[in-house]
Amino acid sequence: MSVSPKEYKKMEEKAAPKTKSLRNLSGAFFIGGAFCLLGQALLELYKNLGMGSPSASLLTSVSLIALSAVLTGIGVYDKIAKFGGGGTLVPITGFANAVVSPAMEYKSEGFVLGLGVKIFTVAGPVIVYGTLASVVYGAIYYIMNKI
Amino acid sequence: MEYLKAFLVGGILCAVGQIFIDRTKLTPARILVGFVVGGVILSALGIYEPLADFAGAGATVPLSGFGHLLAKGVRAAVNEKGLLGIFTGGITAASGGITAAIVFAFIAALFFKPKDK
Repeated sequence: MSVSPKEYKKMEEKAAPKTKSLRNLSGAFFIGGAFCLLGQALLELYKNLGMGSPSASLLTSVSLIALSAVLTGIGVYDKIAKFGGGGTLVPITGFANAVVSPAMEYKSEGFVLGLGVKIFTVAGPVIVYGTLASVVYGAIYYIMNKI
Repeated sequence: MEYLKAFLVGGILCAVGQIFIDRTKLTPARILVGFVVGGVILSALGIYEPLADFAGAGATVPLSGFGHLLAKGVRAAVNEKGLLGIFTGGITAASGGITAAIVFAFIAALFFKPKDK
């Protein structure tokens, strides 16, 4: 049986993605789960130190962002992302990574027009649409309370 | 038990993100926008708060938790200040995270050089 390159490609696509996507999926699950586990440990540590729930939660986010900045700085975060995929993108560490990476990358183009502009390449849209969504919700909530 | 719940729920949310990466052509920025806006909507519908009560950091560490934070902030601000709260609630609640990201990114850019890919 001879197989044309086109057919072979189709067969390859049929066979390959399943194992690959399963591996990606479990990588994302375990790495993402691990970041959340670390978050939970920090949260409980800060609560045990006598912090209220909102403060402990904020400090947990700040700690994870700081950790992500260090890991991104020394080039480790990108290595984890190779098998972590969504597990390194979705947690707040991924958001931090998306801020730190362009800041480092574009510093060479200047602090204002390089770092200052590019720092929000990914975080900008997140903040813009997150804020817009919160305003829409706030307006609906305000009107519902008035009725 | 709290740790297991955080791990499982956080892992599942990240696996959902992975499905978007694998099955769609969405860029990481679009996926993150989707998670934040999705978090705002789920919080508005009253679904995210019970999830956060159940899973703790498993629900708050993923970026959908950032959306939940925005929604919670705007809700509290509207209760407190009325109409003006619509404008202040979201960003005020998110300010700690955004400022931390800016500060640590700036410091990292000062001390580290980008690696060759």
